[in-house]
Amino acid sequence: MNEEQIQQVVFKILKGIAPESEPSSLAPDENLRRALDIDSFDALNFFIRIHEQLGVNIPEADYGELNTLSEIVRYLASRVNVVDSTSPR
Amino acid sequence: MAEFRMPSLGSDMQEGTLLEWRVKPGDRVRRRDIIAVVDTDKAAIEIEVFEEGIVEEILVQPGEKVPVGTVLAIIRTEGEAGVVTAKGAKAAAEAALPAGGVIETMEEMAGRATPEKRIPPGEAPAAAAAPAAPPTAGRIKVSPYARRLAAERSIDLSVLKGTGPAGAIRAADVESAAGIAPAGPPVEAPPAPLEEKPPIAPREKAPPPPVSPTAEKPAVKDYQAAMRRAIAAAMARSNREIPHYYLQTRIDMSRTLRWLESENQKRSIKDRILPVVPLIKAVAMALTEVPELNGYWIDDRHQPQEAIHIGFAIALRQGGLITPAILNADLKSVDELMEALRDLVTRARSGGLRSSELTDATVTITSLGDLGVETVYGVIYPPQVALVGFGKTMEQPWAENGMLAVRPVLTATLAADHRATDGHRGAQFLDAMNRYLQEPSKL
Repeated sequence: MNEEQIQQVVFKILKGIAPESEPSSLAPDENLRRALDIDSFDALNFFIRIHEQLGVNIPEADYGELNTLSEIVRYLASRVNVVDSTSPR
Repeated sequence: MAEFRMPSLGSDMQEGTLLEWRVKPGDRVRRRDIIAVVDTDKAAIEIEVFEEGIVEEILVQPGEKVPVGTVLAIIRTEGEAGVVTAKGAKAAAEAALPAGGVIETMEEMAGRATPEKRIPPGEAPAAAAAPAAPPTAGRIKVSPYARRLAAERSIDLSVLKGTGPAGAIRAADVESAAGIAPAGPPVEAPPAPLEEKPPIAPREKAPPPPVSPTAEKPAVKDYQAAMRRAIAAAMARSNREIPHYYLQTRIDMSRTLRWLESENQKRSIKDRILPVVPLIKAVAMALTEVPELNGYWIDDRHQPQEAIHIGFAIALRQGGLITPAILNADLKSVDELMEALRDLVTRARSGGLRSSELTDATVTITSLGDLGVETVYGVIYPPQVALVGFGKTMEQPWAENGMLAVRPVLTATLAADHRATDGHRGAQFLDAMNRYLQEPSKL
């Protein structure tokens, strides 16, 4: 899965969480929580969806470095093709 | 025979629109079954029934907007024989109850809340003084909506011929009569069902705005404006009636956060616990030590409640907020609390909250920490007597045992009703809460 495909998955998940938003219009370095008014519940749901759909189990300790679209996509790209034993896939 | 009424789903609700029946006459219902969906100014809410029995008759049709307390349906409770006419049934039901006793069903509908909870202190004496009207012989059977339409148009119901079930007068009958009747100026209609049942009078003196004969379509309703008005009514009342006092304390969160981190490492991502959960549990536990803060102020009387149902303020994406209750929060483990909270937040945002969840809260928590706010000065949700506010947990200098360190620090505030408690008890509450957060493994 390449970065473009990962980005599409991320957009879809964000759209599900903030239906009134247009994730594809976000700047790559925009703070997602602020731009989409995402609270801690939405954030947790976002990470759960990522795990379900990409099989990446993001440890809580890494939440802090995942604030923008580019950070998230880069983080996921480096992990998404690595087999994760806790993944449903 | 029990009357299933339009419930009050919060101190800011005066009327509701029946959206949908999930039962039909003849259906058997059990306690806590969801039998109808009602649109408040805030959301579509699933309404539970608190009787066991058979649905005898449905009196309000989908699309009708009626005041709180209006009888929506008649339920024949177990052991009762079927009755010949609904009129007889109603009269029998009223005769069987002591004056004011009709509120029993209301009380049950609202879960554990007392009927007085529905009445603002200022209004209560007048309402209580008015005796329940005895059932008049040969009372006209008329849907509440039709009754209101008739009142608005000064139409005498006794001259109308009903086309509804058992000759009941329906809105359409009034509308067709309106064509031939002299159209007087709209009368400010005291909602008729409330006249008969004083204990559930509407909260404000102002009558509901005249309803246009064409029933409002909830789908096109401007939710945001309606919710703003609902919040405005409750908060204005709070500020007008409740003498708030505020206490604030800084809490060292390092122990709780360390504990949470190690707990979450053991969990799969979907079972992780959010930091607000131990805060909710700590509030619930502290309330067991200072129970005066858990409950209501109604009729110039402090009414602490035994069960701890924590209303949790949830912001909605389209604006506004809703505060459904986490029931019996003190008895739930942190995992159960997380599950309950996840469920509530999901349903608050997607629809499907239940009536008891909106009426049962005995205290409220507002957490604004996600946005970097440091301190929350809350406005109490009447008739509750306390609101606990949490800001963001942030690193701050912390002096302890003569040493200076940097710790994650949370500012917690208590807004409390000075009629119900004094600062000393409020301080004991915050102290207890802090104590629980220093021993998180016991939460």
